[in-house]
Amino acid sequence: MGKYLIPLGLFIVLTVFLAIGLNRDPHEVPSPLINKPAPAFSLPQLKEPTKTFSAAEMRGKVWILNVWASWCVTCRDEHPLLLEYAKTGAVPIYGLNYKDQRQDALAWLDELGDPYVLSAADLDGRVAIDYGVYGAPETYVIDQAGTIRFKQIGPVTPDIWNKQVLPLVQELNRQGNR
Amino acid sequence: MKRTCYVLLVLLAFVCVVSGKDAQPASGDDPAIEKRLTNLSKELRCLVCQNETLADSQAGLAEDLRREIREQMKAGKSDQEIISFLTQRYGQFILYRPQVTPTTYLLWFGPFALLIIGLAILFRYIRQRRDTIPDQPLTSEERRRAAELLSAESGKESA
Repeated sequence: MGKYLIPLGLFIVLTVFLAIGLNRDPHEVPSPLINKPAPAFSLPQLKEPTKTFSAAEMRGKVWILNVWASWCVTCRDEHPLLLEYAKTGAVPIYGLNYKDQRQDALAWLDELGDPYVLSAADLDGRVAIDYGVYGAPETYVIDQAGTIRFKQIGPVTPDIWNKQVLPLVQELNRQGNR
Repeated sequence: MKRTCYVLLVLLAFVCVVSGKDAQPASGDDPAIEKRLTNLSKELRCLVCQNETLADSQAGLAEDLRREIREQMKAGKSDQEIISFLTQRYGQFILYRPQVTPTTYLLWFGPFALLIIGLAILFRYIRQRRDTIPDQPLTSEERRRAAELLSAESGKESA
């Protein structure tokens, strides 16, 4: 009987590893940027291209940077959720308009509503490379010191928002007010 | 059967040739840099379509990253500097050959460890077997039959 326990044990271990490995989303690559300073950038604003927006302006605030584009199908799914999140006023959401056409992006916001305090226009995607973006939408939570504390690849579902983003933002704000 | 295999092989080779064709460089003016870019980007994963190299991929991000690499090469950065630029942003995952660091020890050395463990088990098993199966000398009857069989065999060969 003992003879069969070892292969059986090995088989169970293998099955568990495969079950975990195969159920993972291969697109969720851990970002090396977590707990690193958010890369600095200064970009023209989408709605007022003569004005710029830079990450440095957000020092001292907890904020969210959401990478979106009008050509991005999943962003369209995420958009109503962002509008809801923005309405609660829990945390300012800024947009990074990624490799988009200005008119398309503006039309998109007109049609669907604008959850962003403002959007920065990263038309050639260079800033996105600094942020390690490879699939919009992506969302970053950045703290008062300008450190990236959380990154979501793909839409921020209500579950992620309520269980991860909101508690983190509240915790960061508490720490900041001390 | 053999012919079918042959036809399949030829077809397969054809597919490989077609898919192996690199994405055309968008704006290559310096052949030396283009060559370096092609070599380097074959080592890099396109994160959008994860089983393609950066050299083969036509995804928008891959084009942007090729442009970025090209510009850094023109600015005189070494391949190593460019790789660390990319891993700082996208992590080790972008490398098809991950660097040897404590987090990748298992990946790099695990197979060899498994091989050694396997060899050790095999060695122990063989030794144990040798001990448990005692030598049994042939009886005279068996010896006679063996000689008979052997002579019959050699007789056939010489004939």
